Parts: sequence; structure tokens; C-alpha cells
Amino acid sequence: MTFDYAPAPESRSVVDLAPSYGLFIDGEFAEGAGGGLRKTVSPATEEVLAEYTQGTAEDVDRAVQAARRAFEKWSALPGAERAKYLFRIARIIQERSRELAVLETLDNGKPIREARDADLPLVAAHFFYYAGWADKLGHAGFGPDPKPLGVAGQVIPWNFPLLMLAWKVAPALACGNTVVLKPAETTPLSALFFADICRQAGLPKGVVNIVTGDGSTGASLVAHPGIDKVAFTGSTEVGKAIARTVAGTDKKLTLELGGKAANIVFDDAAVDQAVEGIVNGIFFNQGHVCCAGSRLLVQESIQDELLDALKRRMATLRVGDPLDKNTDIGAINSAEQLARITELAAAGEAEGAERWSPSCELPGSGYWFAPTLFTGVTQAHRIAREEVFGPVLSVLTFRTPEEAVAKANNTPYGLSAGIWTEKGSRMLWMANQLRAGVIWSNTFNKFDPASPFGGYKESGFGREGGRHGLEAYLNV
Amino acid sequence: MSERLSVLKTYKLYVGGKFPRSESGRVYEVTTATSAADAAGKGTWLANAPLASRKDARDAVVAARKAFGGWSGATAYNRGQILYRVAEMLEGRREQFVAEVADAEGLSKAKAAAQVDAAIDRWVWYAGWSDKVAQIAGSSNPVAGPYFNLSAPEPTGVVAVVAPQESSFLGLVSVLAPVIVTGNTAVVVAAERAPLPALSLAEVLATSDLPGGVVNLLSGRTTELAAPLAAHQDVNALDLTGADAESAKELETAAADNLKRVLRPRAQDWSADPGTDRLLAFLETKTVWHPMGV
Repeated sequence: MTFDYAPAPESRSVVDLAPSYGLFIDGEFAEGAGGGLRKTVSPATEEVLAEYTQGTAEDVDRAVQAARRAFEKWSALPGAERAKYLFRIARIIQERSRELAVLETLDNGKPIREARDADLPLVAAHFFYYAGWADKLGHAGFGPDPKPLGVAGQVIPWNFPLLMLAWKVAPALACGNTVVLKPAETTPLSALFFADICRQAGLPKGVVNIVTGDGSTGASLVAHPGIDKVAFTGSTEVGKAIARTVAGTDKKLTLELGGKAANIVFDDAAVDQAVEGIVNGIFFNQGHVCCAGSRLLVQESIQDELLDALKRRMATLRVGDPLDKNTDIGAINSAEQLARITELAAAGEAEGAERWSPSCELPGSGYWFAPTLFTGVTQAHRIAREEVFGPVLSVLTFRTPEEAVAKANNTPYGLSAGIWTEKGSRMLWMANQLRAGVIWSNTFNKFDPASPFGGYKESGFGREGGRHGLEAYLNV
Repeated sequence: MSERLSVLKTYKLYVGGKFPRSESGRVYEVTTATSAADAAGKGTWLANAPLASRKDARDAVVAARKAFGGWSGATAYNRGQILYRVAEMLEGRREQFVAEVADAEGLSKAKAAAQVDAAIDRWVWYAGWSDKVAQIAGSSNPVAGPYFNLSAPEPTGVVAVVAPQESSFLGLVSVLAPVIVTGNTAVVVAAERAPLPALSLAEVLATSDLPGGVVNLLSGRTTELAAPLAAHQDVNALDLTGADAESAKELETAAADNLKRVLRPRAQDWSADPGTDRLLAFLETKTVWHPMGV
């Protein structure tokens, strides 16, 4: 007997969307300087949610000037006062978290279950965590009286729109900087709602400025001579372009870029837990995660057993309406991203890997991609080398720990890795050998504001979260 | 009785623990420092230093990469012991370095001696950091869940260092020691006009239990050697201390190709006490999560 799930849709009535949004500059929503309006759509239905403003270089300049004016007072405030503003923001985020979770799901396509249970609690937690640092910077290990840098230009991606905002804005403000933030082109709405939270919190004008727009808006921000710090999360390709832009300037730079994480499963791993970790590692947030466990390295002796269990588990994943509380995998964020995933998956087949997906019915409108598994993948295959940024898992095998290390490290990236073994000494040895910034052992995709996050090699530089995350926003 | 003729030294590069000449066969003339008061405008000939080539730079990167696993895998205690051994050897050769620094920088004997003493003391200071840096740069993180969560610093890999041009020995030691004490390996481009103290330091390193390839020293044209190092895909970080403003921008741009960590040049007083920023600049933070439970 099969038990079907009855639909359990979350109401979208808690979100009050305006038909059109301006830019948030100097504490006010303002029209742009003539860049026109763009539309943001729900990736699950292709419905137009709202229009927003395409920020121009002129708009960016206005925002930077507003942030510069605000910097003097904001940085001079006693840390304890800055802390109170951040605590207020954290509390308002908690109060409005249902509204924000629904909004995030609408604009991004992620399952409401994840927006509600992962994104929003972490967003609030980040503001709480960094609020507490604002009056304790002298104890952070960067000297007795570290100073803020000035105006921070921040450019964030579309996979965790509000969470990435929190990762950038909370430490910047705690350290006494002011910010100009550009949210992603396909997910601008939650940043604009955050602007309203800043208003409710009574944050002084110009301390936070939001300029929406596409990549050209971000490029104007990064190149603006009036900013002192650039923080970017996104693709390695854009990260390299930004590193070239700031070369020879005094701008401090931190980059959180792509990844191609190995999730390594040994023959003594607890299989059921490993399967859950593999699924969480690659299918969380539709695989739109820079630290996604996209390369499964499984010890040859348990390959068949593990893959059988993994396929059984994948067959139970529910793909569909992101607002349904039962949904595990929502919509791909944009038509463009869907095309990229489709192309790379096709390359996987063309290069000889074996493709498998559970049977699942995808909605007729919107952007969708079934959870996909490739076996028989070699290190030379594109799906083993390039970041897919979608729900596509490549399976490789190994025999010895040394071989697992060599294969795991065989990538220009170095953001994260997973290890599944019951043997502590082996776990610690592996963690030591892997060239990656975050190692999840017998777990995966865990985040916390107190825990530093960031990569080695071409996954970027700098750390976000924890005491280490302060360094990016101080003159050290 | 005729006066004794001194034995001159042929200065060589230091790559992979060996002392090769430049593969190009080229040398350049190194002279004593010239001052404005020196009307001739040309110092006295000291030696023909190797004029290293781009190929020498690439060979040095290969040697540094090969040495990285062993050096970064050595215990912090062991690395500290070896660095301290270097200081012992430096002390023994103090007079040689005083003479070389005096010639290289046009200093009086007393001033050169002060530079060398400061350099030796600095080396000792950095040696002591080997088993302490993880304790000040790492942390146990109180995450909101049943997890053991620990952050620890690790060396970033192969670091290319453009050594300061003006301070041929104290400056050199001040940029090299922090790179290697944390487990990185280094390819150093010595001060272009005054490379001899650096090339002599190589002789000290070679006799101090430092594994071959951990430090590689090149002499020659800074711009010629820095460019291939900045563009090299197997170099992880770049210290531009000795680069001028214009070439620093070019080198930083080239370094973006594989996202090298870049330490930009800035005015620096080598006699001042160093902070930890040079140590921390070439470290990565690795964070490990593990569930806790019974």
C-alpha cells in the first residue's frame, strides 16, 4: 500500500509585494537614474513577482556617497550602541521570519521547508552573533583597538539571498563599516525587504544601502574608487575578474567562490547516515550550493550496497511546488541556470558516464531538473571537474585512503569536503590531508555563525563567520 | 714576501637544496652600494651573481612544491627547532654577513652589525612562533548544535616572495621567516642590486637541517623573475614587498588567474617590532565539523 502526501501549501498571503521597487539609498527608497526596471519572476511558475530597478553607475555613486557620509558617525558610535542596532535587526528578522521565508521561496524557488528551517534561523543567528562582537573587537585577536575600513561594497549570489546578505552585512556593521550591497539579479526582493527592516530598527540613514541590478551594477560597485573593501560571493570566473579590478588599489578583498567538494565514504561508514548526508550534500537547495558535495567518492568494496541505498532514498525525494511544506527539491533558480545544468548533464552522458534519475513528474511551467546521479565517472569528465551548481551527483570510486585524498584534492577548488567513517584516527588523518576550508565529518552542509567558512585555492580567500570573519572588515 | 691574494667566491642560486648556476649561463655584476657622494657613480666590483632566468624560476617552483608535503607535514616543534638552528648558524657567520651587508647597503661596520643582529634576533622571534600560531589563530567554535567544531590554521602552499630592495638582509629575513615557519615553502627573488647576503643565507639554510626546496633563492632582474612567478598556476601566494608600485599592479593582476593570496607592498620600517600580519597572511583556516553523541 502506498501512502501519498496530501499537498500542504504555505500561504503566500503573509507577503505583501509592491508592483515595483526602487533603490534603497541614504535611508530612502528612491528611483534609479534611468537604468530602467527589470522583472523578477518566480522560478517555480514563471509568474512576474515584481519589478525592480536596474541600478546604474550613477546610482552606485550616490549610494557610495551616502555610505561615506554615514561612515563617520557610525564608526564613531560606541560599539555597544552599534550592537544594539544589530540586536534589533536580529529580533525583527525573527519576528518577520515567516514572511521572509515565504518571500525567499517565491523569489528563489527553494523549498519553504529549507527557507523556514535553515535560511531564516541562520540569518537571525548571524545578526545576533556579530551584534555581540561590536563592543568586543579589542578581544578578537587583531590588536587592542582595531578600526573599520570604511565603505564596504558587497555583491552576493542568488542561492541564499538573505543568508548571504546576513553573512556580509552583519560583520561589516559590527566592525563599524557602512555598506552598499548589490543583491543578485534573479533574487533582489529579500534585500529590499531587509531595507525595510533597517527602517524599522531605526538604523541611521546611509549605513545600509541596497542597489539592485545585474552584473554591470556589481561591476560599477566593485570598481568605484570610493569604496575601501570588496566582498563577493559567487562564481570563480567573476571572482577572478574582481581580483583584477582591485589589483593595484588599496581595497581589501575577500572572495567566496565555487567548489567541487568530494564527499568520501569509507567501507566502515554507517550507511544510512552516509546516504542521508550524501542526499543533503548534493540535493539541499537544488544543489545550488558552492560547498555542495557534488563528487561522491565511495570505497570500491561498498559501491553496490551504497548506490542501491542511495537510489532507494533518491526515489523518495519530492520535487515540486516550493511552497508545499512536503517539498524536498524546489525549482531551479532561472532558465539560464537550468540551461547550464542541462548542458553539463548532457556532457556527462556524452563522455560516457551512466545517468540515472528516479521517476518523478516535473511541473509543466517553471524551471525544473530531476535529481540526477552519474556513475562510471572519471576524473577527466567535465561533470567531475566543473561546478554544476544543480542537483547532479557524480560518483567515483577509490580503494585506499591515499587514493581518496589524491582524487579529492585533484581540483583547482578547495572549499569543502565530507568524510564518512566510524574510525576517528582515519577521519582526523583525512581531514588533515584534504586541501579544503571546511571539512564535514559524518555530517554535511552544516553552517553556523560561530564557525568560519571559506576556501583554499580557487575557492577564494578570506573567511566568513566566527572570529575569523571579523578580519575582513578591520584594518588588520 | 708578496701580499696574499684572497680567494673569491662564486655565488650561485639555491634551488631544491642544491647550488646551481643559472641554467641560462648568465651572470650580472654586483657592486658595492654607491652614494650621492660617490662621484664616479659606480661602486666597486664585488662578484658576478647569477642572472636567473624564467626557467630557473619555474624550476624553483617545482622544488618548492615537492618540498611542501614534507615541510607542512613536519611537526611545529620540529620546524621551530630547524628555524632556531638557522639562527645558530647565522650567529656563527655574523662577521661574514656584517661585511656583506656593509658592502651591499653602503653602511658603516657598526650600522651593518646592527642590521645583522636585528635579523638574527628576528629569525629567533619567528622560530618561536611555529608551535604558537595555531593557538592564537585557531579556535574551538561553539556552534548551535551537537557538534565538535574546530578551526585551525594551515600553510597556504608555495609562496613567491619579492624580497625588499633596500634592506638586503634584515628585510629579507623579515619576509622569509614568517612564510616558512608556518609550513609554507618559498621561492624568493633577492634584492636585485644587492643579492649577495641572500645568496650567502642560502649556504646557512643548506647546513641547518632545512629540507631542500623549502627555501629557494634566486638572484637577477626582479621584473624578469617576478612575472613568471605571479602567473605560475602552481604558486599559491605572492608577497610583493619588493615590487615597485607599477609592477605590483601588473603582478597582482596576473596573480588573479589562479586567485593567489597577494600581500601588497607598503612602506615598512624593518627595525620596528613585527606584528603577526605576515604570519597570518599566508595561512588558510580549516574548520572541521564532527557530530557529538553516544
